[in-house]
Amino acid sequence: MTGEVAISTDKLTKRFGDFVAANEITFDVKKGEIFGFLGANGAGKTTAMRMLCGLSIPSSGQATVAGFDVYRQTEEIKKNIGYMSQKFSLYEDLTVWENIRFFAGIYGVPRSEIAPRAKEKLRQLGLYHQRNQLVASLPLGWKQKLSFSVAVFHQPEIVFLDEPTGGVDPVTRRQFWDLIYEASDQGITIFVTTHYMDEAEYCHRISMMVDGYIKALDTPTALKQNYGAESMDEVFFELARGAQRKGD
Amino acid sequence: MNTLLFLLQKEYRQIFRNPTLLRMILAIPVIQLTILPLAADFEIKNINVAIVDYDRSTYSRDLVHKIESSGYFVLVDYNGDPKASFGYLESDEADVIIEIPEGFERNLVRENHEELFLSINAINGTKANVGGGYLSQVIQDFNQEIRADWVFRKPNKRSAIAEMVTINRFNPLLNYQFFMVPGILAILVTMIGAYMCALNIVKEKEVGTIEQINVTPVKKHLFILGKLIPFWTIGVFVFSIGLFLVARLVYGIIPVGNVLLLYAYLSLYLIAVLGVGLLVSTYSQTQQQAMSLAFFFMMIFILMSGLFTPIEGMPAWAKFITQLNPVTYFIEVMRMVVMKGSSFEHISRHFAIMLGFAIFFNSWAVWNYRKTS
Repeated sequence: MTGEVAISTDKLTKRFGDFVAANEITFDVKKGEIFGFLGANGAGKTTAMRMLCGLSIPSSGQATVAGFDVYRQTEEIKKNIGYMSQKFSLYEDLTVWENIRFFAGIYGVPRSEIAPRAKEKLRQLGLYHQRNQLVASLPLGWKQKLSFSVAVFHQPEIVFLDEPTGGVDPVTRRQFWDLIYEASDQGITIFVTTHYMDEAEYCHRISMMVDGYIKALDTPTALKQNYGAESMDEVFFELARGAQRKGD
Repeated sequence: MNTLLFLLQKEYRQIFRNPTLLRMILAIPVIQLTILPLAADFEIKNINVAIVDYDRSTYSRDLVHKIESSGYFVLVDYNGDPKASFGYLESDEADVIIEIPEGFERNLVRENHEELFLSINAINGTKANVGGGYLSQVIQDFNQEIRADWVFRKPNKRSAIAEMVTINRFNPLLNYQFFMVPGILAILVTMIGAYMCALNIVKEKEVGTIEQINVTPVKKHLFILGKLIPFWTIGVFVFSIGLFLVARLVYGIIPVGNVLLLYAYLSLYLIAVLGVGLLVSTYSQTQQQAMSLAFFFMMIFILMSGLFTPIEGMPAWAKFITQLNPVTYFIEVMRMVVMKGSSFEHISRHFAIMLGFAIFFNSWAVWNYRKTS
């Protein structure tokens, strides 16, 4: 892990009318880090992530992602990141293989590299035999693994994962984190949101968002110490108890 | 370029995997173009006539006979009671009442002049107009016959008659379908192009796949081209089936003009219409919204296009709207090239205007399509 910064935000804010979804959030993510972004439903995690991905223009504040400005260089950012949304959003009427090929293609992965790399990737995932199946027919856990592979296939600098393991069984979740570690070992910075506190422990550093604010930011060990808690669950309850916004 | 190929490959794969869509692409031109022109036939036959004859003379019977044998009228009642006839009109059993006054024959012979009274059910204005027109013609014919009769009997009492001779150009048999089929085909191509294109993009919004695209570095105009080209080919395909299969085999319509010219215009027109579809999609979040919006425009596009009603007869403000409607120009070009055999010089203005529409709608759509909100 080097000291270089992959993501840097300074008082980044998003308002929707009177509602402040993300309020002056400030943090840095180092290159190669696995950065956990925690918070209750409606805390503003997805909003913050969408701003960093260049999908949503901030209302105020500053931020750079992979060295590019979130206001003016959204398309440059998009070249350097991968994104996996909360809702499964690959094409259900295309096969596993076609989805990988399509997204690799529009990210500009050279044609000659796509097939060998896709083969290797699918073998790794254990999805090689299902490569000609329509994505619609896959179970959710496999879909999520496929989404992740598509998000990192073009070897981005940073990958954003929005609740990647929601609704997935514990075994698959475990496997999913193996994939995340693997990507991290290759030097990809991981920015991940989650509800599962056991997963929070897998992150290098985590931030806790409550009602649009970042209430805490540190390593899991340091957070537990600061709040005198046994587990991340307790830390979360301690912080989220005062939340005004009720999740959905 | 490479990116566009990937986008196109994906789009065509999805189209060919969608059986509903494929069936629609085939069924719409075949079924609709076979059925609709028959319903959109404005030729009026079987006009029901009730005749009140107070005269009951040779002349009055001659007239009745003439009306009956013209082929356009059905005699529902023949009597001397106006109340009964009006009853028929009220109950919609009769469309026209003709009253032949007492002394019809006598006055005609003696005073050289007599009046007939027509009472027309004008709820359906077109039918009333056309029916009234036919009747006037029949009565005029009757007049001439009587005069000819007199001239024959009294050679010294000549009256000069200016006779009209009409030639129907471009559609000698006044076949209404020759007029309607090209117009309806234009509408079908418009609907398929605009609807399918709009719904396709909005579906990606609903399912969420568009977000996965928006987070890639794909250029807006490439994404839009990737949507436009497949639906453009579908439009050309539907048009070809309509023109070569249905119009030719079912209606025997063979374009008098150059088919390539027709295709050149179609190509440009489809770009404009798909631009409308794209525009609708950028303003809609759900397929339901897109449908409602597209429906709103389609209603105006169809009714204000001169398809059913002549534009020349519309008030000035309505004429102005028809000039802003791309469908108007395509229907005009279709009719001009198919029926009259017009060449490029005659429709160069139409080309210029359609080019303007194509640029306008597509630029607006690209401008309003947001990868970042």
